[in-house]
Amino acid sequence: MATRITIDPITRIEGHLRIDVEVENGKVSKSWSSGQMWRGVEQILLGRDPRDAWAITQRICGVCTTVHAITSVRSIESALDLEVPLNAQYIRNMIMTAHALHDHIVHFYHLSALDWVDVVSALKADPAKTAQLAESLSDWDGNSRHTFEDVKKRLATFVGSGQLGPFANGYWGHPAMKLTPEVNLLAVSHYLQALEIQRYCSKIVATLGSKSPHIQNMAVGGVSNPIATDSQSVLTIERLLLIKDLIDKLGSFIRNCYLVDVSAIGAFYSDWTAYGAGITDYLSMPDVPMDTKNTQFMMPGGYIKGGDLSTYKPIAGSHDPYWREGVAESVKHSWYNYSNGAGALHPWKGETNAHYTDFQDEGKYSWVKSPTFYGKPAQVGPLANVLCGVAAGHQPTIKYLNTVVDTVSSLAGTKIPLTALHSTIGRHAARAVRSGVIYEGLQANWQALMENIAKGDTKTFNRPTFPKGEVMGVGAHEAPRGVLSHWSVIKDGKISNYQAVVPTTWNAAPRNEDDHIGPYEAALLGNPVADPERPLEVLRTVHSFDPCLACAVHLTDTENKTVVQVKAL
Amino acid sequence: MRVVVLGIGNTLLSDEGFGVHAVEALEKRYDMADEVEIIDGGTTGMELFGDIQEADHLVVVDAVRAGQPEGGIVRLTGDEVPAFFKTKLSPHQIGLSDVLAALRFAGSEPQSVVLIGVKPVSLDLSMELTPKVAACIDPVLAMVVEELTALGVAPTVRA
Repeated sequence: MATRITIDPITRIEGHLRIDVEVENGKVSKSWSSGQMWRGVEQILLGRDPRDAWAITQRICGVCTTVHAITSVRSIESALDLEVPLNAQYIRNMIMTAHALHDHIVHFYHLSALDWVDVVSALKADPAKTAQLAESLSDWDGNSRHTFEDVKKRLATFVGSGQLGPFANGYWGHPAMKLTPEVNLLAVSHYLQALEIQRYCSKIVATLGSKSPHIQNMAVGGVSNPIATDSQSVLTIERLLLIKDLIDKLGSFIRNCYLVDVSAIGAFYSDWTAYGAGITDYLSMPDVPMDTKNTQFMMPGGYIKGGDLSTYKPIAGSHDPYWREGVAESVKHSWYNYSNGAGALHPWKGETNAHYTDFQDEGKYSWVKSPTFYGKPAQVGPLANVLCGVAAGHQPTIKYLNTVVDTVSSLAGTKIPLTALHSTIGRHAARAVRSGVIYEGLQANWQALMENIAKGDTKTFNRPTFPKGEVMGVGAHEAPRGVLSHWSVIKDGKISNYQAVVPTTWNAAPRNEDDHIGPYEAALLGNPVADPERPLEVLRTVHSFDPCLACAVHLTDTENKTVVQVKAL
Repeated sequence: MRVVVLGIGNTLLSDEGFGVHAVEALEKRYDMADEVEIIDGGTTGMELFGDIQEADHLVVVDAVRAGQPEGGIVRLTGDEVPAFFKTKLSPHQIGLSDVLAALRFAGSEPQSVVLIGVKPVSLDLSMELTPKVAACIDPVLAMVVEELTALGVAPTVRA
């Protein structure tokens, strides 16, 4: 007899995701991923000036502000075939990579590490032994015995206050928690240090984006940052040098802390390389453009079939017909209807007509649409991105991946194969690897911007002109959670259709036109569940995707209808 | 001393965006003392950590449901604020409550936190406030000005 578990909400951040699983003999046998909110930003955009879309789309989600802003201007530029000045590309790339680092660091340390780290157990740790262990792993300067003693004291006060805040409702003492008290203390210490480090990312974004947390400098055709070497009110060399200092500090944290911590946790939980693979068809987009035409990218992207890297097919950019023609969205199992009962629709023809039914196991059960690439669901995110990087022979990706694999292998005492990446823990590893790669991207774009300004180029903007008649565009971005695309149709200078196909739509997709399950659903099958009252293992797998539902789902009218059986904080 | 006035909310969901609309109006109508910074926080979370960490006093404006009638205004202060947020009555409070709790753990939370909130009438898709909630902007701004004045950093009305 199967036990049904409903987890709602499942995220610690934005949004509203519900996961239902049936557990038989201690393992997940059936699963459903459901977005419980409706997002209709598409309707707000209809009839508006395409130049305003980015400022509106960056309000979709509080976690992914800048990524929607950038993807939106790319979409309109693509429709107009408008080139983007080099300086603007570099500035956008720096905002994008700094934002991505912020997202990855916060996801690992502040949102998901608590699935693996038993905070309360850290109170039993010996700070001296913790320091010994930490020093054997890296020469990070935040690893002194004194630091660990201080954190342990602080933690005792915090836990003693009874106000656990972000640690409330954690599954402390759960049998699936396996780290030693010392590793737990190490992780809690780095949790605090990461709080400081993530500020550096926000500062970079705020300096370049003129304002934080919502950037103000985006423009269709470039950025609105005037560059000057002699004025205080614009982007000056002095400000750029301050950014360089922050970039260096971020690099040190990623190399000496993040990559090491992920490796250590991965080694302790190497059994989790056997769970959570799910859909191993991977989709990623090339990003960090280094030319004005969006044809040369620092980071490759493409499609991999069945986890087999030899099947890798590169995607040349958002102009590539292989990408443009491959995407469609089904609503057979989503709370929408397409006109005339159409099957999956290409985003340019996409519709957003709500049709709520209630949660039907075999019918409609989610506000998330089900996107497919040539008819098949695809997993997106850092893992897809890293695997495509390896398949493409991308050296920075290979370098950071080798670092992680070597560290995990030596700590686990056994050689970890590349195939171990197709897993719950593999997604965390891939996110750390990608952080190394994008840190290098951030640094390279800083350098490129400085050199380009030194050449006397201060251009940041090409004025867009909108033709009579209809044009269509697509902007793509390899966002922190994976492929994000905005599809726009512009008629006589006004938006006539707009669809955002966001990373969490790909991963949290419900069953599609052919009733195939989506990536979350597939990844949950076979997951162990030791205690159905405390389904920590389910959370581990879903959190490993870094779910962000505010934008994946299309308003909250269902709040009274959900069955809250287990709450995850 | 540094004081942050933080407006939060989603401007795409009508009254949900009250906090953001309110601080925009505040910025337009008043000149702030040097110690005061106005932040449009939208629905962000951790991005606000640094700004709140550097604040000695925090005044939050938001759409909140605390048992008052639609368009009713509440003022919560001190321990009521994080405790209130924990009951999850506002859709984006998870971010702010996490930030405040993380700041407490890190030992750098603001000395005082005040939350001024209006109960939304509608959360439908729209970039405009409903008339009832739009009418709350003036009294809420007066309350924010009162808070700032009590902190010794009174703003001046723009000419």
